[in-house]
Amino acid sequence: MEQASFTIALAGNPNSGKTTIFNMITGTRQKVGNWPGVTVEKKEGRIKKFGHDLNIIDLPGTYSLTPFSIEEIVARDFILEEKPDVVIDIIDASNLERSLYLATQLRELDCSKVLFALNMHDLARARGVKIDAEKLSELLDVPVVFTVGNKNEGVEALLKTAVELAEKGRTTKLKRRVKYNQDVELAIQDLSALIGAQVGSQLGYDLRWMTIKLLEDDNILKKRIVEKLPEKAQAVLEAAHAQRENLVRRLNEEPEIIMTDERYGFIAGIIKEVLTTSRRQRVDISRNIDMVLTNRFLGFPIFILLIWAMFQLTFTMGAYPMEWIEQGVAGLSAGLAALMPDGIVKELLLDGIVAGVGSVIVFLPNILILFFCIALFEDTGYMARAAFLMDRIMHLIGLHGKSFIPMLMGFGCNVPAVMAARTLESEKDRILTILITPFMSCSARLPIYIVLAGTFFSNKAGSVLFAIYLTGIVMAILSGRLLRSTLLKGADAPFVMELPPYRMPMARSLIIHMWDRSKLFLRKMGGVILIGSILIWVLSAFPREVAYSRNYAEVKQQIETEFTNRLETAAAVNRPALEQEKAGRLAHLEKHRQMEKSEKSWMGMIGKVIAPVFAPLGIDWRGGIALLSGFVAKEIVVSTMGVLYAAENEADALQTALAASGMTPLSALAMMFFVLLYVPCLATIASIRRETASLKWTVFSVVYSTLVAWLAAFTVYQGGRLLGFA
Amino acid sequence: MKLSELKQAQTALVVRIGGNGALRRRILEMGIIKGTKIYVEKYAPLKDPVELIVKGYHVSLRVEEAAQIIVELME
Repeated sequence: MEQASFTIALAGNPNSGKTTIFNMITGTRQKVGNWPGVTVEKKEGRIKKFGHDLNIIDLPGTYSLTPFSIEEIVARDFILEEKPDVVIDIIDASNLERSLYLATQLRELDCSKVLFALNMHDLARARGVKIDAEKLSELLDVPVVFTVGNKNEGVEALLKTAVELAEKGRTTKLKRRVKYNQDVELAIQDLSALIGAQVGSQLGYDLRWMTIKLLEDDNILKKRIVEKLPEKAQAVLEAAHAQRENLVRRLNEEPEIIMTDERYGFIAGIIKEVLTTSRRQRVDISRNIDMVLTNRFLGFPIFILLIWAMFQLTFTMGAYPMEWIEQGVAGLSAGLAALMPDGIVKELLLDGIVAGVGSVIVFLPNILILFFCIALFEDTGYMARAAFLMDRIMHLIGLHGKSFIPMLMGFGCNVPAVMAARTLESEKDRILTILITPFMSCSARLPIYIVLAGTFFSNKAGSVLFAIYLTGIVMAILSGRLLRSTLLKGADAPFVMELPPYRMPMARSLIIHMWDRSKLFLRKMGGVILIGSILIWVLSAFPREVAYSRNYAEVKQQIETEFTNRLETAAAVNRPALEQEKAGRLAHLEKHRQMEKSEKSWMGMIGKVIAPVFAPLGIDWRGGIALLSGFVAKEIVVSTMGVLYAAENEADALQTALAASGMTPLSALAMMFFVLLYVPCLATIASIRRETASLKWTVFSVVYSTLVAWLAAFTVYQGGRLLGFA
Repeated sequence: MKLSELKQAQTALVVRIGGNGALRRRILEMGIIKGTKIYVEKYAPLKDPVELIVKGYHVSLRVEEAAQIIVELME
């Protein structure tokens, strides 16, 4: 047999078991990416089977091909433009009627060969649903295969049928299709004559399909005609508009509504012939579970418990491997330090790359665990219930119930939180959630609050902390409402959400799910973080030669000579104390050298240049640099402050130094607000870039949050001064 | 009456779907069309959204969306 490669696309409703079948077919040979320009996950797998190279594409799960959501646009465009050899429509056998809606639309497209997989038919049978597959196949002119995806039954046969179908080459037109009422059919006839003459096969779409879509006022198709055939577009669109208006007048209703109705009528006819339901009413396990999980009284307590458990797992259990990775990085760093000769390359490698990338890689255990939990929620069907419970509350901010989980995760770490927004189906919801999630104060910001609040509000530190966290939540709500009514306006995605039956999750899918998403984190974060770390290192390590105010080497020499003399003359019992004094003086000197070095580095120069920006907030240039370094990671802020305010190693010394530096409680408060609200860290920026797939939104997020931070800090500082707090 | 006026465990037939644009189309495409039987399974703990059983599957709608669906109570 000749070696030809075929493209096979999997289409189907969400929860139809499509991804399970995809995983069964492709195993681990799959590639996860995004569809170009959008954040919808694209899964692809290449396998060799039956003497062919098969390229299997998992299309996004949709209920229809009407281009409202991105998923629908992506799925339809792929079929229209890439023309896969075969489209397998995965149908949930216990949901035949609704599933056939997508099937009729797939057939209407009439550009690839369609094959039905009646999936989970074992469950359907248990529910008393019997489907006459032969009849269905005959009526719709489509091969039908029974499958049970999670038991790997029928998957091989499905693939074989698909390949056979592909081998046959292009067949004749479908015999049986949805017949609309007379008015619509007449309009189709009239309009298709014109479209046939004007557009013909230039776009490569089926004629009847184009006509129907234009009568339905399909914006995507209209746009495509204008783009591809600008000189013909006007005539075609005007004729379509006239026919449509005519139909609206005659039917007293929009044609797309009538046609949707008639497609369901067509389906009802098929259902009548192929489906028999026994009267036997079984106990519905899923409904019983829901009696408890979405119960009026128990629903919320159980939800809170599960979320708490997820948090505990992610951050408590994740802390152990996190520590191992930290130790590993430290070990690597020490090893390199011992092996390499001193110099600029060593510094770049150790202080730049290893320290920078190391600070991000420690999040990996958190991310693996978090994504495992999320996959568990999704695969069992609990995620839809969480959205069902939370929607009322989230709707107040103009968000979907599912936005709750990413926002909550934000309190732990913003990186996985931004990535968790993937579970939202509407792109607008997703972007809005991503933009407001960083206002949730992550755990890395806590040490900064502790230092500042501890120093300046010692007895009221707890209340100050509470106020800070609360401000973050309020800011998220206000920003949500603001953005919803301005930049991310538009109809709220309708909350028509299926509550699928609970299912036993499969270990294999859970692991594939978890690993795919974590791999993306590692790969993409690695790149951005690497560049960012090198940049920050360059700014703080250059210029190489700093004109110090005094000769540190000479002073160090003096101290050493002094102590050598003193140690020689001292009694043996006094020596340890003297050694300690010597080490302290040397450390003190080194601190001063480092402080002067950072002050005179490019970073320090930038800090002095931008000092006027921070002055109205009551923050001096040293605070400014600390905040600037916080763009990389909030963990660095405290250590930068430590260097700049020349603190000794002891914990409370920084606090003494801060208090002595002229910082007031008011300016400390302003600084805390700034820390709360501006960009969390480079890793978060990188995830925002990844998840929004848009540079514009990434820049917007950085600028917006920094602006909000500045304004809030300004209001606190200047407002406080006006009110008489110094 | 409106679908949103039904109580838990009541069944009704769809008479008309109001509203406009995407929402109306989406409701229709999910199989909630004229003559469809709807069973109100339950309301969420905060009274919104509402869970329905339609054509053998469970779907949730916001109360404001359910208010766009005119139904006739079945006994």
